[in-house]
Amino acid sequence: MKKFLLSSIIILIGITFIGRLSYLQIFRFSPDQVLDDPAIKAIYDYPERGYIYDRNGKLLVGNDPAYDVMVIPREVKALDTLEFCRLLNMDKNSFTKRLKKARVYSPRLPSVIVHQLSKQDYARLQEKMRRFTGFYIQKRSLRYYDTSAGANVFGYISEVNDRDLAKNPYYVQGELTGRTGVEKVYEDTLRGTKGVQYIQKDRFNRDIGKYKDGILDVQPKQGKQISLTIDKDLQEYGEKLMHGKWGGVVAIEPSSGEILTLISGPTYDPSLLVGRKRSANYSKLHYDSISKPTFDRSISFEKSPGSPFKAINALIALQEGVITPSTSFKCYNGFYIGRNKKGCHCGGGTRNLNIGIYESCNAYFVGAYKRVFEKFSSNTEAMDTWEKHVRSFGLGSYLGSDLYTGRPGSVPSTKLYNRWYGEGNRRWSAITTYSNAIGQGEVNVTPIQLANMTAAIANRGYFYTPHILKKVEGKDITNPAFLEKKYTSIDKKHFEPVIQGMANVYTKGTAKWIQIPDITIAGKTGTVENFTVIDSVKTQLTDNSVFVAFAPVENPKIAIAVYIQNGYYGARYAGHIASLLIEKYLKGEITRKDLEKRMLERTLESEYAKPYSGEEFKINEYDWSKHAIKPKPSVPASK
Amino acid sequence: MAGKSVLKRIDWLTIFIFITLVSMGWVNIYSSTFTEVDRSIFDFGTLHGKQLFFIGVAFVAIIVVLSLESGFYERFSSIFYIGAIVLLLGLFVFGKTIAGATSWYDLGFFNLQPSELAKVATALALAKYLCDIQTDIKRTKDQLVACLVVIIPALLIIPQPDPGSAMVFFAMFFVIFREGLPLYYLAIALLAITVFVTTLMFGTIWVSIFLILFLILFFLFKRESYKIPIFPLITILVIAIAFSFSVNFVFDNVFEQRHRDRFSLWLRLEKDPQKLERIRKTIGYNTYQSEKAIESGGLYGKGFLEGTRTKGDFVPEQETDYIFSTVGEEWGFLGTSTVVLLFTLLLLRLVYLAERQKRPFSRMYGYGVISILFIHYFINIGMVIGILPTIGIPLPFFSYGGSGLLFFSVLLFIFLKLDSNRLKEGI
Repeated sequence: MKKFLLSSIIILIGITFIGRLSYLQIFRFSPDQVLDDPAIKAIYDYPERGYIYDRNGKLLVGNDPAYDVMVIPREVKALDTLEFCRLLNMDKNSFTKRLKKARVYSPRLPSVIVHQLSKQDYARLQEKMRRFTGFYIQKRSLRYYDTSAGANVFGYISEVNDRDLAKNPYYVQGELTGRTGVEKVYEDTLRGTKGVQYIQKDRFNRDIGKYKDGILDVQPKQGKQISLTIDKDLQEYGEKLMHGKWGGVVAIEPSSGEILTLISGPTYDPSLLVGRKRSANYSKLHYDSISKPTFDRSISFEKSPGSPFKAINALIALQEGVITPSTSFKCYNGFYIGRNKKGCHCGGGTRNLNIGIYESCNAYFVGAYKRVFEKFSSNTEAMDTWEKHVRSFGLGSYLGSDLYTGRPGSVPSTKLYNRWYGEGNRRWSAITTYSNAIGQGEVNVTPIQLANMTAAIANRGYFYTPHILKKVEGKDITNPAFLEKKYTSIDKKHFEPVIQGMANVYTKGTAKWIQIPDITIAGKTGTVENFTVIDSVKTQLTDNSVFVAFAPVENPKIAIAVYIQNGYYGARYAGHIASLLIEKYLKGEITRKDLEKRMLERTLESEYAKPYSGEEFKINEYDWSKHAIKPKPSVPASK
Repeated sequence: MAGKSVLKRIDWLTIFIFITLVSMGWVNIYSSTFTEVDRSIFDFGTLHGKQLFFIGVAFVAIIVVLSLESGFYERFSSIFYIGAIVLLLGLFVFGKTIAGATSWYDLGFFNLQPSELAKVATALALAKYLCDIQTDIKRTKDQLVACLVVIIPALLIIPQPDPGSAMVFFAMFFVIFREGLPLYYLAIALLAITVFVTTLMFGTIWVSIFLILFLILFFLFKRESYKIPIFPLITILVIAIAFSFSVNFVFDNVFEQRHRDRFSLWLRLEKDPQKLERIRKTIGYNTYQSEKAIESGGLYGKGFLEGTRTKGDFVPEQETDYIFSTVGEEWGFLGTSTVVLLFTLLLLRLVYLAERQKRPFSRMYGYGVISILFIHYFINIGMVIGILPTIGIPLPFFSYGGSGLLFFSVLLFIFLKLDSNRLKEGI
């Protein structure tokens, strides 16, 4: 037995060693140890972030240098904390706290101690930096905005957080990344690629040459500059007009799908979200839960479209062959759903397609909608056909644009009504769903969908997917998704009578007092009932004001949708703002100065305050002194 | 006399493993001390150049060892032993101090470390004493003398101070056990170590409960045929529990802080991350760095001369005691497991060789050689990979150091010479 005692001990120890070694070298080993290796130091070289220009080459977003004070905790020697804090303009407690946090993150990797010093602070600090071993200054570039508009379009950049670090191994702590908007969507294009040099260190932290002779080193790649489809002047002007109004404005160039302007009201100055004040400012904006300035209403605000949707219903009825332009319906200052009379404000009388559109007659469109259903033997077949046509205009879906956020809106379907009312022809019909005929009810759209729908009408039957990117490094985009025509399911010939009706909206219809000299416009007003819940009671608020238009009628250059919350009827705010924007875009200047002045001055703040006042309030007031211009057709915007 | 016959009968497998280990050792010393400056491998200004010279010296010594009559070693073992003791004593007067330890004689071109010589001499002397016809290891007096042979050089080495080398001598108790020292000495020593370690880890209460439970279960389930007296066991139990109680007192009052830190690092007692960080930066620095270096090697290693931590000199004493971390970083798991396997193979081969000896002296000396090599290999690699506390002794044939390489070679080849001669009767 003694003979084997030593041999067994030797074998046992051998097994123990191999077990421990396999634990260390196989189980605990991780291949990306270059960053973790104290013998290798990575020095980063950050390229400048790409500039952003507008469609005409005007600068929108540039860069400002900024300086982060970094620390490598294990290299920190005893220092004059008080003096250092005074230089950095911070109190001692938060300094020690941050230093501790940096040490917890990693004693070896750099962490940020002070973010984004200004040039002045940097100059003051720079010459004294040598005395504080373990600290150094990392230059980065911060965004500089050459405009106060477009915050919702650009988005913003901020420091990567733990989630980003876990998700994308490219980033290391302290780097900046796009958060929303263009900055987020085109992050990789704008960011470029940071350069990195690996330096071999000895245990005294002295450089002893390049790691592996630099074969792993990467040269920095500049961020690319991009041009947006946005028109800077139009965007700025639109945001000025939207002052004090909530809602969204979207203009699209129908011949290309390029988004000319994307306005959300209320908005904020993009330069608020830059530098050391970013986080405080962001909180302020984010927690404004009433006006929600960070909520991009132009792409995420889903509401009933109202009357502009009648144009779609007209096209569907024409396509299905259930009406012709001369088909007429009788309006009794309203129409009957069973025994109930529903109102109409078109003035009453016999209405054909043309007058139905320009006077926005509810009775006409409910009649046409019923005919579509009468054509089919079952309600489901009719509904499916109707839904297919509506969806072909890009409604009810994320358009597939290159915007970071957005909502799909909704288009009702057979499935929805079957769920609500039950299956079978007798359970629901055109009568049950008549609200769809006049753009109320179950149809919900976002302003950008409305604009895109208008562009499809302007193009007489097709649209391009709306997009925001025009050029990268001066070269036009080649993404086929944005260069392909998307056809609607309506034949081209049916568009002319509808467009004629929309043109008449301006010449003799609901928007006849807001014509623009020398420009032909086709448009459609909308006045949308809307409700909110106050103290768990469903309460009606002042109607939303909607307007869609394109101009010129032949060869359209701009299609626009304006959606103003609680602006009352369509022509009142939305119509005016749309007409001013069209004039601005097509002519470059405004001839109707007094209209412009009024639109810039009037706000709807008092409307928005109503639901929060805690008191009874009136809706749809005609108190013009408080709001906008009188709707007198004979005196176009004289006062 | 020797000549051809030695080369015919010598154990070539052992020589093959020896040469492999020495070459691998040198390659890693070269890597550990390599600087980008281009210098010849024969440049004796560099450590790897010097080591190459020592390898040459060792080979000359091996030839000398093999040329001498095998009877020479047995006959002169007492002289060697006395000579070694004299040299160790002489250190107190003429010793040269390097890194705080007075362990060397300055011979001008070379620093001689007599403790290495003493290992060889003690192995020879112990074998000689045990195989003496008048020695009976069952006798307490002879047990004491055998222990003294081992302990005297150890006692002379401890105050240098070089506790690591001193510990090596205790390994030679294996030889005495092999030759008949009752095993319960070993059992009691193991019990003491186990109680000490487990008390530190789990506390006196749990250890006591466990020991009592163990004893009760043992008596409940033991076979009827085992006639084991109960009272001595209970006595041992009581002593063990008393020992366990004393452990905390000794640990807190007799030990110094650095000893406590070593233990708490080894047994992972410290849970407070800040204190752990402090220990890691002071007393545990070497172990932490060498563990990390080995870990970063992965399965295949970073490649020859590509170890970043080796290049950056992160592991202190990397060419001597921590040479194994270079293997780990540059050659990966494949390299480290090869080294472990080679040592295991070498030791098992030596056990086999020792057991086949007809002459008791050869066998006992063989066991002496195995004990010395094994304890070095076990403690060194155990320390470098972080499963044993830090005890500074070199890895045989691998670590940089002239005396070490020279006397490890002499130690081994004396045994090979004896082995080659095993079939010859007489001297």
